[in-house]
Amino acid sequence: MSILTYIAGWPLLAALALVVVPRNYRVIIRGIAILATAISAGLAIKMFCQFVPGSDGFQFVEQHTWVESLGISYHVGVDGLNVGLILMGAIVGFASTLCAFEIQSREKEFYILLLTMIGGILAAFASLDLFFFYFLHELALVPTFIMIGIWGRGEKKNYATFQITLYLSIGALIALIGLIALYVQSGANSFDIPKIAEQLKANPMSVNAQHYIFPLLLFGFGILVSLWPFHSWAPLGYAVAPSPTSMMHAGVLKKFGLYGLIRIALPLMPQAAHSWMNILAWLCVGNILYVGWVAMRQKDLNLLIGNSSVAHMGFIFLGIASLNLIGVTGAVLIMIAHGFLAALTFALTGYIYRQTGTLQMSELGGLCRKLPFIGTALLMAAMAGCGLPGFANFVGEATVFFGAWSQPSLHVITVIGLWGALVIGGVYMTRAIRTVLHGPLPEKWNTLTDANFWRKLPYALLLASLFVFGIWPRLLTEKINPDVAKIVAVYQPVLAVSAPVNTLQKTAAHKTDSAAGSAANEQLAIVNK
Amino acid sequence: MNSSLISLEVSVIAIGLVLMLADFFVPAERRRFICYFGIVALGALLLINLSGNGNCDIQGTAFNGAYINDGLAIFFKRFFMIAAILVLFIAAEFADKLAAGAVAEYYSLIVFALAGMLFAASSNDFAMLFVSIELITITFYVLVSFQRSKIASLEAGVKYLILGALSSAFLIFGIALIWGTTGELNFTKLAAVAPQFETSKIFLLGVLLVLVGLGFKIAAFPFQIWAPDVYQGAPTPTTAFLAVGSKAAGFVLLLRVLFTALPTVTMHWEKLLIVISAITILWGNLCALPQRNLKRMLGYSSIAHAGYLLLGVAALNASGQAAILYYLAGYLFTTLAAFLVIAVVLRHLDNTDVSGLAGLSRRSPLLAATMTISMVSLAGIPPLAGFFGKFLLLKSVVEAAKATHGHETAYYWLVAIALTGVVISIYYYFNVVRAIFWSKDTEDLSPIQLSAPAKLTACVCIAGIFWLGLFPNTVLNLAQQAVAVAVQ
Repeated sequence: MSILTYIAGWPLLAALALVVVPRNYRVIIRGIAILATAISAGLAIKMFCQFVPGSDGFQFVEQHTWVESLGISYHVGVDGLNVGLILMGAIVGFASTLCAFEIQSREKEFYILLLTMIGGILAAFASLDLFFFYFLHELALVPTFIMIGIWGRGEKKNYATFQITLYLSIGALIALIGLIALYVQSGANSFDIPKIAEQLKANPMSVNAQHYIFPLLLFGFGILVSLWPFHSWAPLGYAVAPSPTSMMHAGVLKKFGLYGLIRIALPLMPQAAHSWMNILAWLCVGNILYVGWVAMRQKDLNLLIGNSSVAHMGFIFLGIASLNLIGVTGAVLIMIAHGFLAALTFALTGYIYRQTGTLQMSELGGLCRKLPFIGTALLMAAMAGCGLPGFANFVGEATVFFGAWSQPSLHVITVIGLWGALVIGGVYMTRAIRTVLHGPLPEKWNTLTDANFWRKLPYALLLASLFVFGIWPRLLTEKINPDVAKIVAVYQPVLAVSAPVNTLQKTAAHKTDSAAGSAANEQLAIVNK
Repeated sequence: MNSSLISLEVSVIAIGLVLMLADFFVPAERRRFICYFGIVALGALLLINLSGNGNCDIQGTAFNGAYINDGLAIFFKRFFMIAAILVLFIAAEFADKLAAGAVAEYYSLIVFALAGMLFAASSNDFAMLFVSIELITITFYVLVSFQRSKIASLEAGVKYLILGALSSAFLIFGIALIWGTTGELNFTKLAAVAPQFETSKIFLLGVLLVLVGLGFKIAAFPFQIWAPDVYQGAPTPTTAFLAVGSKAAGFVLLLRVLFTALPTVTMHWEKLLIVISAITILWGNLCALPQRNLKRMLGYSSIAHAGYLLLGVAALNASGQAAILYYLAGYLFTTLAAFLVIAVVLRHLDNTDVSGLAGLSRRSPLLAATMTISMVSLAGIPPLAGFFGKFLLLKSVVEAAKATHGHETAYYWLVAIALTGVVISIYYYFNVVRAIFWSKDTEDLSPIQLSAPAKLTACVCIAGIFWLGLFPNTVLNLAQQAVAVAVQ
């Protein structure tokens, strides 16, 4: 069996095992959950180290037929696109299980759901079969709703539960129709992604069919990723959810839609993708500017972070919309970096909430004095969130902007995006830091205590991951680059044909294109150093 | 003629008679065992059937081609047997609420209705179709109004009687018109001559009236009016059998009529089928939305599920028909799981409101899990049976959209409406889940005592839901083989 099966299998197996453990054996329940996710994270690190960058095809492949008549098989494998995501997902899964100490009631059910979520999403990222890809994501998604419903906090719990359930179900169902239509139109009679890709390479899908399937995938996945204007479920949902749930959802599950776009929609439907990318680029301005603006006005720390996490999705969409090597590589980088970052911030606010019972920024203040470790970690997370060099987010955002700038039609949007990233992000993050961590400490918070060694572990782990990939992004880029290159290679002829120019201009354009490309490559090399 | 083909039906009727006669010899406090005897006897028959011994899976026709035992019939016969066994389990739990002293009658009527369904699965002739439908419907008149002391049950019985009789009248009139124009009642022979009569208005009217009659059975728009009232008023085991058995019998007959007897006519009626399917889905889901009464909500949701099943009919392709069979198999376990919980938990309450489930997660974790899994599966969420069924149905419609000429847009709209319906349904199904797990409006937290057979039923239903969701291969292959031989 492939190592991928073990990475996703341990948490799922542990979830099953917990069903039979009596509910008053709390230590055992917690121990099993932590052990399973720790093994899974360890295996993911091992898999990441063993991965050979730039090799042809998928690695660690395993395939079993599941439903023969429909061409559905359990097929897992990794290439540069998902190897980092699985590593990130496994580490965040481990961290969120460690953070689940805040749950005090019905712990058994909580751990079962959390482990299902972790195992499901890791398997979804590894899956190379359209059916399982969807199926496993949904398996991971449904526990989210139940967890928010039962263990959620605040008065808006019921509203938020139904909002996130209906919103995400709509998104998932639209994407499902897109995937089924893709299966039917490809004529491959198989849900296997490599097989469909092969079939479509031989007989490309009609542009007409592409034009109705692509938007289904774009908006279906878009809703799952909180693409503006379908984002309103996210901030409230994350604010209400217990922190392990928001860590997993904001950090890992949300990346599923983006991964689906890059893995399925971009390579299989190039013509449609190319014509929809302009629209996507403008929508992501909504994410970056509008949601960033909304974040500035928040009074609740979790709502602020939820909005900023939606705003970050804009950068990823911008990277995808640039449709070139650098941009899409950057998008994958941010996906990984933001996974660690979102998990870290929600874990930290979860700790503060557990101690104080509120996240209203007006009630907090001066917390750094009582909670030096948590405060410092929150400060670092905020700095990473506004793109400070040294953290993985900076690498991704810088790469995305280089990529987007080299696409002439995206110049305006790139400038807007930079504003959003540097100015708006800076404003709300620093303001939040000022009100929460500095200033006078209200009397009532004198009894707060900082995290002990074991509770520090998840935060330290996530911060370390952000640093490692921030200082040494080559670890990721050398793996991501070759496979992104294969995807964007499809777009070179599309871009060339779609430009209404004569031959002379075309060659000229090619020259500038390659010049811009090499310049960008140099920049990428600088970033890598 | 090969009359050994009907040995299964004969045995079932014999079991029914034995149950009825047992009433005379079993003391009142032991009547529960009559039910268990029925379960064991039917279980033995089912095992013989599944193991391939006996005459149950001999393929062939009998009675001049009026009776056919083919893949489709065998699939549905197994389906009905499982449904009847599980319904008898529910009935055993519910017995104390039925008219005292008459429980044995109730059990035997369930078995007689089962016999009608078995005949329906095998009917290959309009006369056979009518007789089997009447056998089912008339037993259900009694089953629905069995709680004689309850006004709601009687009201439901009267409604079902009037509308059922009306639909039978439509059906028989339609059959008369078809026979009058073509001179054929046998489906196979009709398929050969039907193309000549495609322009005959009287013939087409006859077909339409037959569809009206079957539309009543499956509760498709615009013949769905009876469903919510009857579902709410009838004793819970009856509702369960009505939701699963009666609906499935309607669908097997619909498949036979549309695709065996009149395939050439059906091919021109895709628009009608699309419209009916779409409106049924929307009607069921929208009406279920504001319901507080659990049985009434499931009544509306069963209309919605009839709409989803009609997606497979409207797709007019083999994968759609296989999807119907698969979906029904999942629907069997899912719905019976829900009605088991209703029968056990709510039978002591005056009304069957959703609020009666409040605190169930503390009172009985097993029942809470059963109900949750059932609702989540009805909502069509993986990894449960309902998801895979809906996936197959939607896939068949998308395939139809690719294959059709001129109706692409209609099929895409149908998919969009089905999705809308699914999203609406998530809301009201999750309301039930919410009542179970985090509703606070109850003081009654006394644990619920479950009998061993009830526990077994719950576990069988849960296992069935997961099995069909996770390992669809076996049943899907059976379904595909069944439609491949039966439907041209």
